Amino acid sequence: MSEILIRQGRVIDPASGRDEQADVLVRAGRVADVGRGLSAGRGATVIDAAGLWVVPGLIDMHVHLREPGGEAKETIATGARAAAAGGFAAVLAMPNTSPPVDCEYMARYVRMRGAEAGGAEVLVCGALTEGREGARPADLAGLARGGAVAASDDGDEVRDARVLRACMREAARLSIPVLCHAEDPDLVRDGAVNEGRVSTELGLAGRPALAEELAVARDLTLAAEAGCKVHIQHVSTAWALARIAAAKAAGLAVTCEAAPHHLLLTEDACRGYDPNAKVNPPLRTEADRAALLAALADGTVDAIATDHAPHSPEDKGLEFDRAAAGIVGLETALGLALTEFVATGIIDETRMVELMSVGPARALGLDGLGSLAPGARAHVTLVNPTLEWTVEPERFVSAARNTPFAGRRLRGRAAVTIVDGRVVFRANVA
Amino acid sequence: MASKDLLGLSGLSGAEIISILDEAADMKSLLGSGRDERGLDDLAGRTVCLMFFEPSTRTAQAFAAAARAVSAGVIAFSAGAASSTSKGETLLDTARNIEEIAGVDVFVVRHSSSGAPHRLAALVRAGVVNAGDGWHEHPTQALLDMFTLREHFGRLDGLDVGIVGDILHSRVARSNAWGLAACGANVTLVAPPAWMPEEAGALGAAVSHDFDEVLPRLDAVMVLRIQKERLGSDPGPKGAEYAAAYGLTPRRMERAKDTCVVLHPGPVNRGVEMTGDVADCDRSLILRQAANGVFVRMAVLARSARALEDGGAR
Repeated sequence: MSEILIRQGRVIDPASGRDEQADVLVRAGRVADVGRGLSAGRGATVIDAAGLWVVPGLIDMHVHLREPGGEAKETIATGARAAAAGGFAAVLAMPNTSPPVDCEYMARYVRMRGAEAGGAEVLVCGALTEGREGARPADLAGLARGGAVAASDDGDEVRDARVLRACMREAARLSIPVLCHAEDPDLVRDGAVNEGRVSTELGLAGRPALAEELAVARDLTLAAEAGCKVHIQHVSTAWALARIAAAKAAGLAVTCEAAPHHLLLTEDACRGYDPNAKVNPPLRTEADRAALLAALADGTVDAIATDHAPHSPEDKGLEFDRAAAGIVGLETALGLALTEFVATGIIDETRMVELMSVGPARALGLDGLGSLAPGARAHVTLVNPTLEWTVEPERFVSAARNTPFAGRRLRGRAAVTIVDGRVVFRANVA
Repeated sequence: MASKDLLGLSGLSGAEIISILDEAADMKSLLGSGRDERGLDDLAGRTVCLMFFEPSTRTAQAFAAAARAVSAGVIAFSAGAASSTSKGETLLDTARNIEEIAGVDVFVVRHSSSGAPHRLAALVRAGVVNAGDGWHEHPTQALLDMFTLREHFGRLDGLDVGIVGDILHSRVARSNAWGLAACGANVTLVAPPAWMPEEAGALGAAVSHDFDEVLPRLDAVMVLRIQKERLGSDPGPKGAEYAAAYGLTPRRMERAKDTCVVLHPGPVNRGVEMTGDVADCDRSLILRQAANGVFVRMAVLARSARALEDGGAR
């Protein structure tokens, strides 16, 4: 079987507490050994990792790959390759496609297309309700058989508490986590920006923080009663974070994620009406951003997830209130995290790797991912922590260009991405 | 140097605003005296394109009259409701096509989306004048309101002005709040809770839900037009409740100073936001507002033309 020997990198594996210079030997799609002075058999691929970090394959547990139905924005192939180029060995594809991923066959289809793509592993999130219409639970057991590892109506909150309660009870029986897009739909309506100073000044309909906070309180209460694992997606307000921290302290099986754009930008980015700053939930206030950064460090946040939301220029290039909401993140997340969270001292390297690998693996209950322990699946990311580069959307592997981070100077980037022991991405400049 | 664009009064200094009002006053006296029979030629050889993506008779006509009065050629593009919402051709594509075909120097844009003129201004070489965008700004309406107030009182500095109505959805309120504050007036926004935006203090004004408490100290009341379809719709107030607490009636006017004047951007929904006898009384400046609208817009177009001459293409 094929072997890869990754020599003399800095191995950072939060699950085992390892942070040292070592070799990693990959054989037959698994991690075979980690240690100094390892040797490989004849014909093995040897990667010189001197000066690089060797970490568990990064996982983005929140991406939109748009296929089927939205191929003008992104495809599973372009998305999976963009993920690999960004250092992600696995992504969780949200089910809000057209048609939605709400049955066993759709889940199998997305897995199959993901395998053909030859990029990051494409994990599937099934819809919580039939057709994502919020009226009846989807066939969660069938979705799980088809390979779905979680369920969500992401993009929309399930408005009917009776329906969500039934979904959560079934998810508890199947031991799959429920991922909640926590925004009360009646309070957000057609809102385009955070409700507050900026919505008032720009004359745009607002999405109040209250919408997220009510939904988080409701979803946590329902999940506690149902006994399911619940994960709050893209948390954006200080109050919601406090509520999640309290639920964790009370022993509830709750996890949450934060997106780079919520961690780095505020509602002020919407001044000038740039649709690239339009996203749901919206960019919030500086106080919310500060609370998110603190929660990154104190453990309240379990995962950095991009909510990679590709859009075509036709959908983004409209007036602000008509433009599609969403930001692409797969190819900027690692560089932003290294530059803005680690280099600034908000979190250390180990915590960053945790938030981008074992954190999401645990939130999704993925055994064998998020770790470099011998026997683990060989998802490995090599990081060049000193490479300086500029975000140039026109050079993205993704089919989409919608980012508010264009032109940012970043330090640190993926060098090599390995999925099940196969190199799926190797940077030209390593 | 003045900008080729007038996107809003937010961010304009008091001095810039006063210079526009001064020029409008000069134009008014020049035309009003009948001395200049040939008209003004600030925009001779230039083309103004009126792009109204929302129905408006009065504002479009006032801009057309103003453009002709400064010797500009006028072309009008009016989009039906269907085309403004269709994805086929956006405002931005349309404007760029027209700019190429007709050699437009100044676009006058009205659009239901807040920020649409700002996006346009970043894309075209021509000047852009905002004739009303969404709930955001309506700078020429505010300028004519301020012109009318200054004409009446001889000053704006130190005036107490109340703006009453649906502040949340009003571009007239936003532009007036910013513009008046920049010129030293004290502005109070008055609205029921459902129609008061969050953090309304960001508009540079005091806020109140109690019209009767605010009214006695005001030098001027700006009454906003209430869109009838918003009355009684969730979460707006019912029509009768609104009229009782905020409607301007002769009886309520008794609480105001003798010198207090009344303005309204028109057309008045008589019996909703104000009664007909208040609209027609001798303290109402409503008819003068309408007349002044042309002079203010002439001055705004002349300002854009000068900036284009000074700054070349952009």
